[in-house]
Amino acid sequence: MNKIGLIIRREYLTRVRKRSFIIMSILGPLIFAGFMVIPAWMAMSEDQDLKKIAIVDSSNLFMNVIPDTDYLTFEYLYNTKLHDIKENYRKGGYYGVLYISHIVASEPNSVIFYSDKTPNQSTKIHISKAIEEYIRDQKLLAYEIEDLDNILKSVKTRINVRTIKLSDDGSEKESNTGIVMAIGYIGGFLIYMFIFFFGAAVMRGVIEEKVNRIVEVVISSVKPFQLMLGKILGIAMVGLSQFLIWVVSTFLLVTITSTLFFPELNMSPTDRVVAQDIMSTAPAEIETEAASEEMVEIMSALSTLRNIDFGVMLGSFLFYFLFGYLLYAAMFASIGAAVDNETDTQQFMLPVTIPLILSLVVLVNVISNPDSSVAFWFSIIPFTSPVVMMARIPFGVPYWEVLLSMGLLIITFLGMTWVAAKIYRTGILMYGKKVNYREIWKWIRYS
Amino acid sequence: MEIFNAENVVKKFIHTTALDRVSISIPKGSIYGLLGPNGAGKTTLIRIINQITAPDEGSLFFNGKSLHPDHISNIGYLPEERGLYKKMKVGEQVIYLARLKGLSKSEANKKLKYWFEKFEITSWWNKKVQELSKGMQQKVQFIVTVIHEPELLIFDEPFSGFDPINADMLKNEILSLQERGSTIIFSTHNMGSVEELCDHITLVDKGKTLIEGPIDNIRDQYRTDTYEVGFQGDPEKLKNALNKHYELLEINGDNDIKSAKIRLLHHTTDNELISLLLPAVHLVSFNEVYPNMHDIFIKVVNENKGS
Repeated sequence: MNKIGLIIRREYLTRVRKRSFIIMSILGPLIFAGFMVIPAWMAMSEDQDLKKIAIVDSSNLFMNVIPDTDYLTFEYLYNTKLHDIKENYRKGGYYGVLYISHIVASEPNSVIFYSDKTPNQSTKIHISKAIEEYIRDQKLLAYEIEDLDNILKSVKTRINVRTIKLSDDGSEKESNTGIVMAIGYIGGFLIYMFIFFFGAAVMRGVIEEKVNRIVEVVISSVKPFQLMLGKILGIAMVGLSQFLIWVVSTFLLVTITSTLFFPELNMSPTDRVVAQDIMSTAPAEIETEAASEEMVEIMSALSTLRNIDFGVMLGSFLFYFLFGYLLYAAMFASIGAAVDNETDTQQFMLPVTIPLILSLVVLVNVISNPDSSVAFWFSIIPFTSPVVMMARIPFGVPYWEVLLSMGLLIITFLGMTWVAAKIYRTGILMYGKKVNYREIWKWIRYS
Repeated sequence: MEIFNAENVVKKFIHTTALDRVSISIPKGSIYGLLGPNGAGKTTLIRIINQITAPDEGSLFFNGKSLHPDHISNIGYLPEERGLYKKMKVGEQVIYLARLKGLSKSEANKKLKYWFEKFEITSWWNKKVQELSKGMQQKVQFIVTVIHEPELLIFDEPFSGFDPINADMLKNEILSLQERGSTIIFSTHNMGSVEELCDHITLVDKGKTLIEGPIDNIRDQYRTDTYEVGFQGDPEKLKNALNKHYELLEINGDNDIKSAKIRLLHHTTDNELISLLLPAVHLVSFNEVYPNMHDIFIKVVNENKGS
């Protein structure tokens, strides 16, 4: 076995055998599941509190206009002054008071909700929609159109825009924007996390060797560059192993749940639209409509998930993870070599972490505007491209952009490693000296 | 036959010149002392021999051939600042480091067993290094240095931090390695151990070689024509016997056998001194006082400071 191979093997085995690696491998997918389930659970549990809302209507026109929902009940109070109920709505067990002024038809800001809490978005939408529709219907009534009721019923339609991506070969793919955003975000975020986590592991490894004073023994057997490269590659393999474990276990989890609970997903999107068309020619009741809408959303999400080309995703993930990590790991290694202990790393960490954190900030923007010029440039610039390009790929990116971004990343990685090796070579044998940027610049120039 | 030669080696750092045209030649089978004050360039020279750093100028030869990365497996190095991976098990670690030196897994295993049995430390095999005391770690480090049976061994301040028992053990191991044909480079400030062990030395200061050669020649070169005389009789008679060609450095007249240190001046000889003393006192012993390495070291370095 050659020497780099020996170093890779040691770096890999010592880390994989650690308890923390095993724990992370098991907890990782659970933590991710938690990230997704907990917000949903919180949103649901919030809605489950039954809220009673008092309505004070100065025009007495809006009786029974706002329908109750599962979590909201509305009580219409006659002959109550707003002033009185505002003082003691809580004694009456009300969540809040809704005041509808008589000028509501002409003045949009005349509906006011009083409460000591802020109602959630869906409550507000529910109220405003009900009032809007009622006022519109009343205004239409003023035109005295014959058979208005039936006309209104038949024009009432609900639209849920589904996006279906057409490929060149004519095949259709369901593409749910929300799911694509989520995948882009998760992909980008994972890369960010991996680079940070394993990059820092490289740095700590270098510092450990320097502090333990083993480094001089090792580099009397191998070249400093071999040691640095072996360490970086060994830790990369730890990262890949961790990732592989996560992917396999998550994949198993998703496949099992989706085949168990959603067998109808095997239909193609068009088949389903047609099937639904036939079923929904008769005007459906509002409740079933809402229920099926929810169902459609879930099904489209799941079918988008299944339609995503995981081969491409995985391939590009591995590429950007590997080269993004290699780029940053080289920098982290040179920081580790330049300092004597971990507390001294602060001053050098900043220029390395800033592009990483910036790419996370841009990531949030990119998943809603994947084709903006911000998204373009940050996915081309090598220091941010691993995170940002990864977030764009699920939306579909032109090949030349991906190739340009990959090419630049490889070139920058090579250049960076060359510079980092110079810093590393000088730094690992330097003890007890406070190193600053000027000193490092000299190392790069003279060695 | 030399195992290692360096010719006119120059190594410059950003702020200093660590080595300024240094040449050394290390005879095969010798114990070669590399001496010099702190910052003289010893460690830099050692790192160049180990190919940790490359010289800016000069040529290096190992066994007569130009120094090559493959020669690394023929060199063992115990650095002054030495350590081990704290969280790795002892056996696994030594095998790893031995394999980096080019041993195969089974060879490393076999040789490690030999050394562990020799030092009676077989029970440490599965211990983590951090569980060992400092003295125990030093033994492990020594094994790491010699396990691949290199032709050339380099010890940089090997005795620092050793307790007397371990230091003695190390000394004996070094001597037995020499007996088995290894050449040893030995960098130290401890002049006592230099006199005890080394047969050749080089003294470097401020990047330059000040003295080089077999230790006996060097001590010869720094002889001061001083003799120590043991005698019985009256010290005053001895003093009176000496004329202006002799300098009495010290005299100790308290015991039955008294002693004096006398230096010869103006090309007089020891025989002449003896013939002067014989009538005056009863001579018991007559020895030349050789300068010790400590004195030579200080003298040479101080002279260099003046220049």
